[in-house]
Amino acid sequence: MEKMTTLKILNEEGLHARPAGVLAKAAAAYKSQIEIEFNGKTLNAKSIMSLMTSGLTYNAEFTLKVTGEDASEAITKIEELINNKFNLH
Amino acid sequence: MERLGLGASEGIAYGKAYLFVGHDLEVVERKVAQPEAELKKLGQALETSILELEKIRTITLESLGEEKAQIFDSHIMLLQDPEWIGQVQTQINEQKICAESAFVNVSQQFVAMFESMEDDYMKERAADIRDVSDRVLSHILGFKIHDLSLIDEEVVIVARDLTPSQTATMNKKKVLGFITDIGGKTSHSAIMARTLGIPAIVGTEHATQSINEGDKILIDGETGQYWINPDSKTLEKALLKQKELDQKRKELEVFRGLSSETIDHYKVELAGNIGTPNDVDSLIENDAEAVGLYRTEFVFMDRKTMPTEDEQFEAYSKVLSSLNGKFCIIRTLDIGGDKKLPYLHVPEEENPFLGYRAIRICLDDVELFKTQLRALLRASVHGHLGIMFPMISSYEEIAQAKVILKECQEELTHKSISFAKDIKIGIMIEIPSAAMMVDTYAELIDFISIGTNDLTQYTCAVDRMNGKIEKLYNPYNPGLLRLIHLAITKANEAGLKSAMCGSMSHMPLIVPFLVGCGLQEFSMSPSHILGSRKLIRSLNFKDCQNLVSKVLSCRTSEEVQSQLKSFQGL
Repeated sequence: MEKMTTLKILNEEGLHARPAGVLAKAAAAYKSQIEIEFNGKTLNAKSIMSLMTSGLTYNAEFTLKVTGEDASEAITKIEELINNKFNLH
Repeated sequence: MERLGLGASEGIAYGKAYLFVGHDLEVVERKVAQPEAELKKLGQALETSILELEKIRTITLESLGEEKAQIFDSHIMLLQDPEWIGQVQTQINEQKICAESAFVNVSQQFVAMFESMEDDYMKERAADIRDVSDRVLSHILGFKIHDLSLIDEEVVIVARDLTPSQTATMNKKKVLGFITDIGGKTSHSAIMARTLGIPAIVGTEHATQSINEGDKILIDGETGQYWINPDSKTLEKALLKQKELDQKRKELEVFRGLSSETIDHYKVELAGNIGTPNDVDSLIENDAEAVGLYRTEFVFMDRKTMPTEDEQFEAYSKVLSSLNGKFCIIRTLDIGGDKKLPYLHVPEEENPFLGYRAIRICLDDVELFKTQLRALLRASVHGHLGIMFPMISSYEEIAQAKVILKECQEELTHKSISFAKDIKIGIMIEIPSAAMMVDTYAELIDFISIGTNDLTQYTCAVDRMNGKIEKLYNPYNPGLLRLIHLAITKANEAGLKSAMCGSMSHMPLIVPFLVGCGLQEFSMSPSHILGSRKLIRSLNFKDCQNLVSKVLSCRTSEEVQSQLKSFQGL
């Protein structure tokens, strides 16, 4: 199963260590492959390193792509997390 | 053989040497026949590193709070990163190279990637990656990791130098004392040692070279003497001295709760200097009557970003509310000189002590200053606050700082946030030009506090971090004492509170002179309070005044010392 959606980073500081950590941790909880397509690159959302070096700053638009058996649940939860500024504010 | 450094924090310590020096993490690439063994080595190194980081996290949480502890959460996450670790595993498997080489190759790529990022914050993350990868690499190479917070047997630490964070997180129950190659009596690690009450020697120049891991080390933090594997006679003598010190400390107990006044009932106030909210315990334990100096630098140090207003508010409120209404002087950010912050990009300077530091930074970076002032104002409702500006050298600086403070008060009033109306405003007197002008400044302030460490350095033109000229850094310099006398007299005449928070305020020979000058508040490391009270209660104010006129007519430091000594029958 493959799911895709387009999202924006709402945290003013962009994907700094803490939001990147929250996202990577959340993504790691799912079996599906979770990827972010941004600026011509495909990133592993389970990797805090990839997220931090992604250059995803405030208001950056990207595609979230989830492939695997738990894709529906994963994409809902992760979309919610991103739109809630990773529950950090 | 007896050796000598600079005594930085008094007390005797005897124990096994723990050498705190980094290993050379040089890696040579080896081809391997069996990648499985290397993968296993990598896995074990990662596992050990994560366990260590979890321990450090717990210790940090207890000693420094949640915010600092979270740094280690992200370090742990880095070590579980599928890309980083995945690429290392791939290299081991495909290129058939040893774990350490594969690990270094991949880590360096990531470090380079972070370093090339435009965002300054992200650039600094490269240091985190280096930090965690050094830990893992050490484990792959089979080195023991030196971590002061994880020490689990009683040791004397031997180090080139100790950073404030290393001193702050070390396991205080197990560290008997420390000895370093560099630093002077007033360097940061020396000040920390005194606050923690751990014997320490600094500025030995070569302790790390002459001492071997496991040697038995004896240090006398008062005289600066140390011995490597001392004979039984030396050891006995030192332990006897320790016993006497303990005895003295016990005798001081009777002075707890007594008033700090001379025989002829001239009363002064004995206050404590603190660096973190945790130091309040030792204040209360030592019967401090107030806080004469709360250094806010620790709120700002050992972190990657500026503390927010709320974080600062929390620290200041914690101190104020635990003092039961005792007066508390909080000094605004005194950074620069020997204390640097990674996120405040202060360029390297030829003369940092004469450069961009303390109030000079704050008046320039107004947002930084306002954040701290708002936090202080909000915290003021929890106690009796005095705000003190450091490094004042002119009238304009005080006036400007007060304008900014007023703006902060207006902002808070506008938002209906309450703050105390009776906040006292004061300045540090540590620059001669300010000492000369106290009477004129009086219309702007409520108190002065003399910082003798910097005042000595600036008056005598002696770099206090330079061990070689430590002898010139002399509290008995008659010019310095005249200046101090002038500042105290002018402050008292103008109706200001006169205080001193530098180390001269507890020096037994100097205290009678300061009493005679009319100094109202003596602020010091809490461990000196009871001893100072005992001394003050043995003095006669009239005699102290006579001593002052004698000292002020001395020509040399030697004459000053002999006057001060003969006054106490020494």
